[in-house]
Amino acid sequence: MANKPPASGVETSDHDEVMDPGTAVERSQAPQNPGLPEEHQRVTDLDEKEARSMERRIAGFFALSIVGSFFAAFAYSLFPIIPGDMASVRMNNLMVGLGLSAALLGVGIGAVQWAKALMHGHELVEERHPTRGTEEAREAAVETFQQANKESGFTRRSLVRNTLIGALVATPIPAVALFRDLAPADDPNARMKKTMWAEGIRLTRDPSGVPIKASEVTIGSAFHVVPDGWKDLEHHKLEEKAKAAVLLMRLPVDELNEDPAKSSWSYQGIVAYSKICTHVGCPVALYEQQTHHLLCPCHQSEFDVANHCEVIFGPAARPLPQLPITIDAEGYLVAQSDFTEPVGPSFWEREL
Amino acid sequence: MSNTLESTPKADIGRGMRFTNWAANYVDERTSASTAVKALGRKIFPDHWSFMLGEVALYSFIIILLSGTFLTFFFDPSMTEVHYEGSYLPLKGIEMSVAYHTSLDLSFDIRGGLLMRQVHHWAALLFVASIVLHMLRVFFTGAFRKPRELNWIVGFLLFVLAMAEGFTGYSLPDDLLSGNGLRIIDGMVKAFPVVGVWISYLLFGDEFPGMEVIPRLYVLHIMLLPAILIATLAIHMVLLVVNKHTQFAGPGRTNDNVVGSPVMPVFAAKAGGFFFLVFGVVMVIASLFTINPIWNYGPYDPSPVSAGTQPDWYIGFADGALRLVPPGWEYVLFGYTWSWNILAPTLVLIAFLVAVALYPFFEAWVTGDKREHHIAERPRNAPTRTGIGAAGVVFYAVLWAAASSDLIATHFKLTIEGVIGTLQVLLLVAPIAAFIITKRTCLALQRKDREIALHGYESGRIVRLPGGEYVEVHEQLDEFERWKLLDYNDYQPLTVRPNDQGRITVGTRLRAGVSRWFFEDRVLPVEAKELEGAGKH
Repeated sequence: MANKPPASGVETSDHDEVMDPGTAVERSQAPQNPGLPEEHQRVTDLDEKEARSMERRIAGFFALSIVGSFFAAFAYSLFPIIPGDMASVRMNNLMVGLGLSAALLGVGIGAVQWAKALMHGHELVEERHPTRGTEEAREAAVETFQQANKESGFTRRSLVRNTLIGALVATPIPAVALFRDLAPADDPNARMKKTMWAEGIRLTRDPSGVPIKASEVTIGSAFHVVPDGWKDLEHHKLEEKAKAAVLLMRLPVDELNEDPAKSSWSYQGIVAYSKICTHVGCPVALYEQQTHHLLCPCHQSEFDVANHCEVIFGPAARPLPQLPITIDAEGYLVAQSDFTEPVGPSFWEREL
Repeated sequence: MSNTLESTPKADIGRGMRFTNWAANYVDERTSASTAVKALGRKIFPDHWSFMLGEVALYSFIIILLSGTFLTFFFDPSMTEVHYEGSYLPLKGIEMSVAYHTSLDLSFDIRGGLLMRQVHHWAALLFVASIVLHMLRVFFTGAFRKPRELNWIVGFLLFVLAMAEGFTGYSLPDDLLSGNGLRIIDGMVKAFPVVGVWISYLLFGDEFPGMEVIPRLYVLHIMLLPAILIATLAIHMVLLVVNKHTQFAGPGRTNDNVVGSPVMPVFAAKAGGFFFLVFGVVMVIASLFTINPIWNYGPYDPSPVSAGTQPDWYIGFADGALRLVPPGWEYVLFGYTWSWNILAPTLVLIAFLVAVALYPFFEAWVTGDKREHHIAERPRNAPTRTGIGAAGVVFYAVLWAAASSDLIATHFKLTIEGVIGTLQVLLLVAPIAAFIITKRTCLALQRKDREIALHGYESGRIVRLPGGEYVEVHEQLDEFERWKLLDYNDYQPLTVRPNDQGRITVGTRLRAGVSRWFFEDRVLPVEAKELEGAGKH
């Protein structure tokens, strides 16, 4: 250790070994600690009458606490909850709560006041001792380990020791394996890349399940959409919705700048995009009609619907996937196919 | 145990004491409780308002345990879908999970249920807040130095556990808001290379959201995490007793003693009373102010979300970190997707937390100081550390503000893009500025202290001297007040010297560089000689 000034020893006065002060500056000229100042007398120390009155005040707080406890217990029945009546819920909450508050604060204020005003108020001094054990204790500890080592042969019989360590390291392995059945056996990747949408499935309103005619979608409007049949699912309702939720919007055709390869995916300016944000999966629920921007309220990613939902701001990295749509014979909007890419947040195997 | 209080004479055994004596003897003969009373009963605890912050954390945790136990009697974490049949009319007949249903029942059909829910939630917010403030107190006063480095780590674990408890608890009611929180976690987990999809799949027991996650989080929230938390807390307390509490510099206080009140009776009365005060204040807040009105949000549904929603405050910094990533941070390599828009902020958060956890070891390496330190430093007397702390606080604060970027924008009529862009710049620049300003301020305050210690403070009294000159009279502090300004540790930069082999290692150079950064600018402590000289002015 470079630059070692002589250790002061002040901080380690009863150590067997003086600790290294590092780059601390040794101060031979340090001023002297003046020691404890004279004790300050409280009013209650000087005047027995004041002490008596303080005693009554403290008892008053404890009495208040008792009253509060009983009040809270009575309030429980006195202010019942009437089904459907929100005011009764609030009243019950308030009255039981205030009773309990008085019960608790009474004890708290009384006890602290007692300690501060009436209990012996002088500061006491306790010596510190170095945290490390005494030399005898340390030697005894070393002795113990050496003795144990000798008696067990822990270092001498390295074969048993090492196989024991190996065995202990191996024991948690089955525990890891046991967790496999936290989820079903099938590979989640295949399911994550498939949604309920398929050719000919109608776009229906969320949550009513009513199919949507192209003529109903006026310019500037936006529909929250689920696939036909979602409403009547017996199982996996939320899981399917979490992938299949779609936003349907109609833009003036001349304002819609479509990817030529996907120009057949829309119908007369009506476009359908996945509602699940490509960032971390929140629903992109806010549609700004004038600018044709979609905003995710969770982390403020913005997507430009007029420009095939490319990201124009925020942490999302990919456009919202587009659902190819058309109309069926009755004029209802239907999907041409499933999404052509996985919806929602990115994942490791997404492009595979 | 030595203290200055004269020992009280053996009390006369009066009539009323007979039972007490019998009971004490009975217990002691079976538990040797007297040894513990002797060792701990008159243990001295120093007094300072900032030492209460850790107490607030401890007491909020007890409040959380009490109120949480009440909640478990009524809450059912099942995700089975049912139709609402409780007494809150706006949700009548709506499909929801049993977890959400029983959370609503707790709020509207069980007397005192809403109160206990609110006590639980408010106390949880206070729990994490007081832990953070307690950590800041420990950091800025250098109370993490030897021998307390390990207890800092234990405390850091408590902080992480508290956040984990907070997040799991927040998710349990299965309302729209908490469901979106889980959705975000799912999205983040999925971004992880190789294992992401599988971890999400195993956690949710299916594709998101599945039917398993709430019961699983429930087990973590009410059993596993509290058990670990209580065990960690016990270690924290034992180490506190072993190391004894730090105290601030003051007359009569040295590195070798503790000055304060004994556990019995003063400290026990103050601390016990303080528990009731904290509980009482939480109870008043829970009686008067709604927290997490889950009935307004509705059951979880992957499609709707409301604007302007906020996570509980302690998750804000993580949410904010996600928001500050610029667009397009993702690429595909050999067919595998790397989502740097998730990975980068996650790594930054982990790095930040690791830096917090390891700081005591870093500073110990810089100073090379192996002595024990029991005097809590005034932040100004460690300017570089205080600067680093301020930089950390500002870094955290910018992330935290970013979690409310949309609300900042709507409240102050700004654009979201402008707010995020500003915060992105601030995240990089503000911590550096905070470091420089804080360090300089500390040095200035040290100089002021030195000035006051030597020449007293400006009394405001102007005196005209016979020659017509006006001077302001400086008044000296008394020696007890002055001592607080004099007692501090002083370090100087490490000088590079060759080691025993005559070589200067890279490690030494690095340490010398950091040491220079830490201690190059320093204000010399006042020496005894200067004090004598100064009296003559």
